[in-house]
Amino acid sequence: MTKRVVVVGASAAGLAVVETLRRDGFDGRITMAGEESVAPYDRPPLSKEILSGSWAEERVWLRSDAALAGLDLDLRLGARAVRADPAARTVEFADGSVVGYDELVIATGVRPRQLPGTDGLAGVHLLRTLDDARRLRAVIEEKPRLVIVGAGFLGAEVASVARAAGAEVTLVSDLEAPLSDVLGPDLGGLLVDLHREHGVQVVTGSRVREVAGAGGRAHGVRLADGRLIEGDAVLVSIGSAPNAEWLAGSGIETGNGVLCDEFCQAGPGVWAAGDVAAWTHPAWSGRIRLEHRTNAAEQGMAVARNILGARTPFAPVPYIWSDQYDRKIQIYGLPRGADAFAVTEGSTADRKLVALYGKNDVVRAAAGINMARSVRAARAHVAARTAWDEVVAQKGVPA
Amino acid sequence: MQIAIDEGKCCGAGQCVLAAPDVFDQRDEDGIVVLLDAEPGEDQHAAVREAAAVCPAMAIVVDE
Repeated sequence: MTKRVVVVGASAAGLAVVETLRRDGFDGRITMAGEESVAPYDRPPLSKEILSGSWAEERVWLRSDAALAGLDLDLRLGARAVRADPAARTVEFADGSVVGYDELVIATGVRPRQLPGTDGLAGVHLLRTLDDARRLRAVIEEKPRLVIVGAGFLGAEVASVARAAGAEVTLVSDLEAPLSDVLGPDLGGLLVDLHREHGVQVVTGSRVREVAGAGGRAHGVRLADGRLIEGDAVLVSIGSAPNAEWLAGSGIETGNGVLCDEFCQAGPGVWAAGDVAAWTHPAWSGRIRLEHRTNAAEQGMAVARNILGARTPFAPVPYIWSDQYDRKIQIYGLPRGADAFAVTEGSTADRKLVALYGKNDVVRAAAGINMARSVRAARAHVAARTAWDEVVAQKGVPA
Repeated sequence: MQIAIDEGKCCGAGQCVLAAPDVFDQRDEDGIVVLLDAEPGEDQHAAVREAAAVCPAMAIVVDE
């Protein structure tokens, strides 16, 4: 019987691990350590309700102090893990303390990528932590000229919040068709049009060479072609990198994250969950790593149950959502890389629709815009990997 | 078991409906959770706990 579980990372995934362990009857010792010095909080609202100020900040905490206390944890906040030794089964923290484990769960998440040369430059923002969101919110309230580098979901959500707050927004993407890499040209184009209609300057096909600064302060970004896009503040939202470097030399295999099998296990007594975990999804070839809020909870639960002996492969239907202006985009499955696309309900003209994505003749993903109930129904086709022709013919949509 | 939902937090993911379809549904227009049974019977308790745990918006509070 496992006596001691150490969870490194105290966000959604780590919390799901420890809650599931307790709910399923584990009564051994649990250490949960988080690098940030605050209690576990939720991240999706940081680019939505917290950034806009529509929520009081207290709504961002994942659990009340009482609920955390009820989990009977050795909770270590402000504790950065610096080394793991899977032979000795220990984890060392930055303060020099060493904790032994029977089972280690790595849930250290990701950190945003930064542009080079921005160290010490004021007015350059990232958005990952609650403090990041507070700083950016204070800036947006000043109605600045905001330049957003990177037009993925994070950049697009911030653009929408910043426009609503009255900021002038320029969204810069190195892609010719932002969001189309994930969603395909129809829905990617729909969203870009939506941003333009709301007054966002969308600059496409433009690589940013550097943040332009003078006197220690950013005043815009310099594009690869030499053009300067002026701004009072810059948000860099160009993706994330897994926090796995601390495992270098430990023998725990890392690459694009912590490399795991289909049980989310990285080695004897070592597991990973959440954004940092690259695992073998039984339905897809190769390992995948998802930076999704829903996946953090589901994977945390799966790891806890596998620690307790379930030995169940982790095979979720991925899910994400994004709020942009008055549109809610919801995606089940992985639309990236699809070779077939069809709108099965609603229309792109109405910006209210359900669309299916296929690959190799099976349904691979479903996306909805402001049709939450219908897209959830379409999820069944993703889960079942329904034959493309079957479902699209059924819906009366030409393939 | 007593269930409370926070509509303001709900993000319309529908994970709760997938976990416990006899207890949760979604509104047609915006996908916001609809509580079908605030005090479900014991046969639903495990599914409800699962629903609360997978909710990505922490919008379901279960009091036991």
